Formats: sequence, structure tokens, C-alpha cells
Amino acid sequence: MTQATTTAPAPATARVPGGRRKRAGDRHGVAGFLFTLPFIALFLAAFIAPLAYALYLSVFREQLVGGTTFVGLDNYTEGVKDQQFTDGVIRVALYLLIQVPLMLLLALVFALILDSGKVWLPKLFRVGIFVPYAVPTVIAALMWGFLYGRDFGPFADVADAINVPPPDFLSQNTMLFSIANVATWTYTGYNMIILYAALRAIPSELFEAAAVDGAGAVRTAIHVKLPLLRPALLLCAIFSVIGSFQLFTEPQIFYSLAPEVIGKAYTPNLYIWNLAFADQRLNYAAALSFLLGIVVFVVSYLVMNAARRQEAR
Amino acid sequence: MSAPTVTPDAGAAATPVEVRRRAEAPGSDKGYVFPTLFMLAFLVYFLMPLAWLFIASTKSLDDLFSSFGLWFSGFDLFDNIGDTFSKDDGVYRTWLRNTLLYSFVSAVGAALLAAAGGYGFAKFQFKGKNLLFWFVVGSVMVPTTALAIPTYLLFSELGFTNNPLSIILPSLVSPFGVYLMRIYAEAAVPSDLIEAARIDGAGEFRIFGKIAFRLLAPAFVTVLLFNFVATWNNYFLPLVMLSEPRWYPLTVGLAQWNSQATASGGATSAFTTVITGSLISVVPLIIAFVFLQRYWQSGLGAGGVKG
Repeated sequence: MTQATTTAPAPATARVPGGRRKRAGDRHGVAGFLFTLPFIALFLAAFIAPLAYALYLSVFREQLVGGTTFVGLDNYTEGVKDQQFTDGVIRVALYLLIQVPLMLLLALVFALILDSGKVWLPKLFRVGIFVPYAVPTVIAALMWGFLYGRDFGPFADVADAINVPPPDFLSQNTMLFSIANVATWTYTGYNMIILYAALRAIPSELFEAAAVDGAGAVRTAIHVKLPLLRPALLLCAIFSVIGSFQLFTEPQIFYSLAPEVIGKAYTPNLYIWNLAFADQRLNYAAALSFLLGIVVFVVSYLVMNAARRQEAR
Repeated sequence: MSAPTVTPDAGAAATPVEVRRRAEAPGSDKGYVFPTLFMLAFLVYFLMPLAWLFIASTKSLDDLFSSFGLWFSGFDLFDNIGDTFSKDDGVYRTWLRNTLLYSFVSAVGAALLAAAGGYGFAKFQFKGKNLLFWFVVGSVMVPTTALAIPTYLLFSELGFTNNPLSIILPSLVSPFGVYLMRIYAEAAVPSDLIEAARIDGAGEFRIFGKIAFRLLAPAFVTVLLFNFVATWNNYFLPLVMLSEPRWYPLTVGLAQWNSQATASGGATSAFTTVITGSLISVVPLIIAFVFLQRYWQSGLGAGGVKG
């Protein structure tokens, strides 16, 4: 597992060529480049070019009088001071602090239980918990929206049956948790499978040694398996952080159920989308996209750094 | 961990699950009860919404509003399916067709591009290769949502929005697929085999098509499956790119039906069509995932080692 760090792929390839291979490489290098060319061409056209164009747009501003003018970093400084934007960023940061640890803890416990072998029907649990990942986020949000609802949601049915007022899952105070629940439902199984696969890749001698020392399943899980899972956990955490900042589908779907709670800028992405399409402020939207990207980058870096520091300790 | 979880030699698909067997203490059923009950409790949580979706799809509009959500009441599933397909002049059929088209073309195209690219990166040396590859790996960190607005801005400047290609072209780019194919090809395609084919006079493209591609097949299916699901589930990109319902995929179409149903308020038959339409749209993917388990498990396994 030591190889499982961010730097895994490159060194392996950089050091591979022996004398013979290198000779072959020189002769066939053109063919190799041609194999990668179709992908690289599309990558440039549909990945790099849009980013470059958006970066270009972000330093201009469309004005009612005088047309489009170069404004340098004005859109960015406006974004930093835009309270709708910063409130959205703070909101998703809060969401992330609640949702990501909870989801990863669940996924970790499931993976450890499945890996311990001390559970009946492991295949059923593996597939059953993973299946929500196959459900499109839109459908998951629609479904949970109905489940939360007062008209025909089962929670409201139960509340009616015992004569208490139905819970309001979509109020100002509960919305963030309701959204977090949809994401947890969708992605816990996905993370569980990643962690489970990482557990399966650990050489079994390590556990046998622990067993010889008289460690039970729980102690083995905490003292032997958990430390070895750190790289996979870090990967899950980084992807969850990136995903959280991009939050869009759930609040956009819930907007039709609770427009006054969601508003135009519940999350940064929802705000950017509204700016681009409802307000036609394309230049400003492009700048905010990059600001959001910077926030995601910085937070991912902090998470990675914190993990590394803990490792060193 | 020299060979990650992608182990091409160990049978058709890379199944990390079967690689290691462990001795288990015989006859200790007691230790099984608590973990199984614990998992069962959570399984209920993960399957309850899907059970609700199925049950709700079998109900008439009246029953939907009046009966308990998690139990059956009457059986109108086939009427509901009929209503879903006939609503708005059968636009649901168009959305289903669009979704299938976008997902299929994107998945096959992305997997082919990734197979060729990954093979090129794994088995050849050329100038700038490592720099290019690092760009590709770095871009895995850029989520598709962050890219959708910039892509829309560029495409609309070029007058290239509101058509199927505006969805398919961006979906063909799968940096993670290229990454996966590269590590897989390094282990699965022996350099000696390529060299031997060259000595026999086979051209590079023939070697790829006739020999290497077959060895890459398991990883190809994995990349295909994940891109199929990603395109099938995609919402943000089609939402920004498409302006006419005739090009919508299911996700955008159903979301639109839902906001219409909610806006009109009260018990409209729009709810049964949204619910039944949602059920129809998730069934194919769930079946695919259940039957293709070894492929997604190996794919996510590789992701886990990637770190």
C-alpha cells in the first residue's frame, strides 16, 4: 500500500524503460503519439479550451453603455465581496463538515464489517448499499423530495397516524440536513466499495500476525486495518470535498418545493447558474466559476496537508 | 502493492475480492448476529426509497395521496407506464431515446479513446509524454460541474449548443478512463508480445486492434460502464446546453415535469407520471450494476489505489 499516494503512476513509468525498450520506443514513438492523439485533441477542445475561454471572459465586463470592456480582476474582487456568493461558500463548507465525515464513517464501518467476514449475506449488503449510486442524482432528489413531502411521503403518513404535526424537512433549519441525507444515501455505497477494495488488497499475513498475538476482529480493524486504509480514505475525502463544493442538483430540484428557502444562491453553483442564465451576466459567472475552483483547490490542499501531517506524527 | 487491484492475469476481470482468502474460525455463528443485524438496519435505509418508488409507481393518483406510502394499494403500474409514455405527445419516449443515444455513443467513444490513449501512454516513449499525462491526471480533479458553464460559454460563442453533439463531445473526454487504461495496459499487454508481432511484420495499428485491444477488454468494459452511468446520470451539462425538450435526456425532462407538477399545486396526474418515469429511468442501470458487478468493483478498486 505504500505506493498508493498521489505520486503513484508517474515514477513507475519514468523508470521503466530498459535499454531495449528505449530503442523500441524511439522507433515507434510516432505511433505511440498517434494512439494518444484522438484523446488529446478532444481533451484540448472540450476541456482545456473551455477553461481558457472562460478565463478570458472573466476579465471583461459587459456594460449597458460602451459594450464589453477589459476590467482586469474587477469581477474577481467583486466576487470576493459578493455576500450572496460568500454565504453560499460558507453554507457548503458547513454542509461538508457535517456530511463528509458522517458518510465516510458509515462507509468505513460497512467496509470493515464486510471485510471481517463475520457477516451473513455479504454480497447482498455490498450490492444493496451500492445500488443508490446507480440512481441519477436528479431522480434521488425527486424521490427524497416526495418522501419528505407532506402530501404523500411516508413520514407524513406516520405522523398523521399518531396525530402529531408532520415534520418539515424543507424548512430554513432542516434543508441543509435534508440535502446532506440525499448525498449520503447516494454516495455511501460508492465510498464503501472503494474502501472495501483497498482492504482486500492488504496482504493477509498482517492479519494473521495480529491473530497470533490474540487480537480480536474489532482490535484488528482499529489497530491494523485502519492505519493501512489511510490513503484510500484520503482519496474518498478529497473527492467528497470536491463534490460538496459543486452541490447543485439537490438544491435546484428542491427549489420547486421550497423556493423561499433555497432562493437564487443557496449554493455557489446554483448562484453561478442563475447569474449565467437568468441574469445573462456571463463574464461575472465565469469569474465566480474560477473563484469557486480556487476555493476547492485550497480546501483540497488543506485536507491533504492535514492528512500528511497526521501521518508524520 | 506492485500490482494494484487491477490484476489482468487473474482471470477475465480484475476481481480484488477473490484474490485473498482468509482462514475463518469454524463454527462461531455467534459473532455473525450483531454485524448482520447492524448491516440489515442500514440496508433498509438504502433500499427504502427505491421500494417506495416502486410501490408509488403501482398506485393510481387517488391511492398515491390517500394510502400509506410504503404499502401497496391497487395495482395500476401498467396504466401509469402507459400514461408516462403518452403524456405530452409521447415526449418521454424521445427523452429515453436521447438518453440511450447520448450514453451509448459517449460510453463507447470514451472507452475507445481511453483504450488507445492509455495504450499509447503505457507502451511507447515520445516527447512530452510525461507532461501530457500529468495534465490528464491533474484534470481528474476538475469536476464535470465546474466545467459545464465554461463549456457552455465556449460552445454558445461558436453557436454549437442545443444539439446532441454538445452533450456527446464533452462526455467523450474521460481522463480517469485514460489513467485506468494506462495502468492496466502496463500490466496486461506484454512488451515482448508487441515486439514479436513487430518482428512478424505487423503494423502498430494492427497490433493494437488484433492483440492489445483483446487483452485490454476487461478494463475497456469497466471504463465503458462508468462512462455510460456518468452520461446517463448527467444533469448539469444537458441542463445548460439544451433549450428544446426534443433534445432533453430523461434527467432534464423529468426535472421539468416535476417542477411543472409542483407549480400547478394539489393532486395532479403529473405526479404519477414523474414517479413512474423515474422508476423506468433507474431500472436499466440497477440491472446493469447487479449483472456487471465484477467490472465496477474492479474499477473502483483501481480508483482506491490511485490515491
